[in-house]
Amino acid sequence: METMTKPNLVPDFGAEDSGRKLAIICSKGNLDMAYPGLILANAALGEGVETMLFFTFWGFDMITKSRMNDLQFSPAGNTAMHLPGHDMHIPQAMMPAPGMTSVATHMLKKQIAELDVPEVPDFLDQIVAAGGHLWACRMSADMNKLSMNDLRDDVEGIISASDFIEMTEGAQLLFI
Amino acid sequence: MPVIEIAGRQISVNEEGFLTNFDEWDVDVATELAKQIEIPMTEERWKIINFLRDDFKVQGETATSRRVQTVGGVPVKEQFALFPKKPAKKMAYIAGLPKPKGCV
Repeated sequence: METMTKPNLVPDFGAEDSGRKLAIICSKGNLDMAYPGLILANAALGEGVETMLFFTFWGFDMITKSRMNDLQFSPAGNTAMHLPGHDMHIPQAMMPAPGMTSVATHMLKKQIAELDVPEVPDFLDQIVAAGGHLWACRMSADMNKLSMNDLRDDVEGIISASDFIEMTEGAQLLFI
Repeated sequence: MPVIEIAGRQISVNEEGFLTNFDEWDVDVATELAKQIEIPMTEERWKIINFLRDDFKVQGETATSRRVQTVGGVPVKEQFALFPKKPAKKMAYIAGLPKPKGCV
């Protein structure tokens, strides 16, 4: 055993303001594809990284009040899909069967809840509480004929792609 | 494993400086650890540290920020205010516990 003399070994919690920024573009509205961006945003915020999320195309559903509680997961077209905890695949031909999406959605929600991971709206609450910024895509709003009133109250604005690029100068960027 | 001296005692830590022995921790040690990362201990902060210690005893792992909110009753926003920038890691450090393993 070695004994350290002073100064004591103290974990490096980073500089007060490292200036690191992360921008995440959420473009998918499937339940399974909503999570990667949220998990990474949450992790980044917990590491003191300034984080901005931009919701566009189908990802717009994640922040739309009338849709955000009803994101779905379909195994159709997903050849990696297998029964939870098994290696066995379900034949793709069975995937479009009536009720399959609702069964798969229910199953995925249950698995996520078992890990104490929140549902999407609740997760976004946590991300905002941790200092994350939510922005909505102008073109998606126009296409869906939606305004700020239709979106979560903590969305900071509906902005154009160039606005987003401008405000994320120097940030690392993820497109999901 | 390195050994450091805190509050007049020899304490085992890992290569990053997190305590490795649950029982080597006490209030004096925690106060010193907090001081080293420039966090003055207050009643609100003790509440979280005590929750983490109690929860670890039962769960065998360090609570994440999420769990400190849902089970410990301290909102994430408040955790960020009390332990700025990296609340989960700072809370674990002061509580003498390993870094939380969970992603959320």
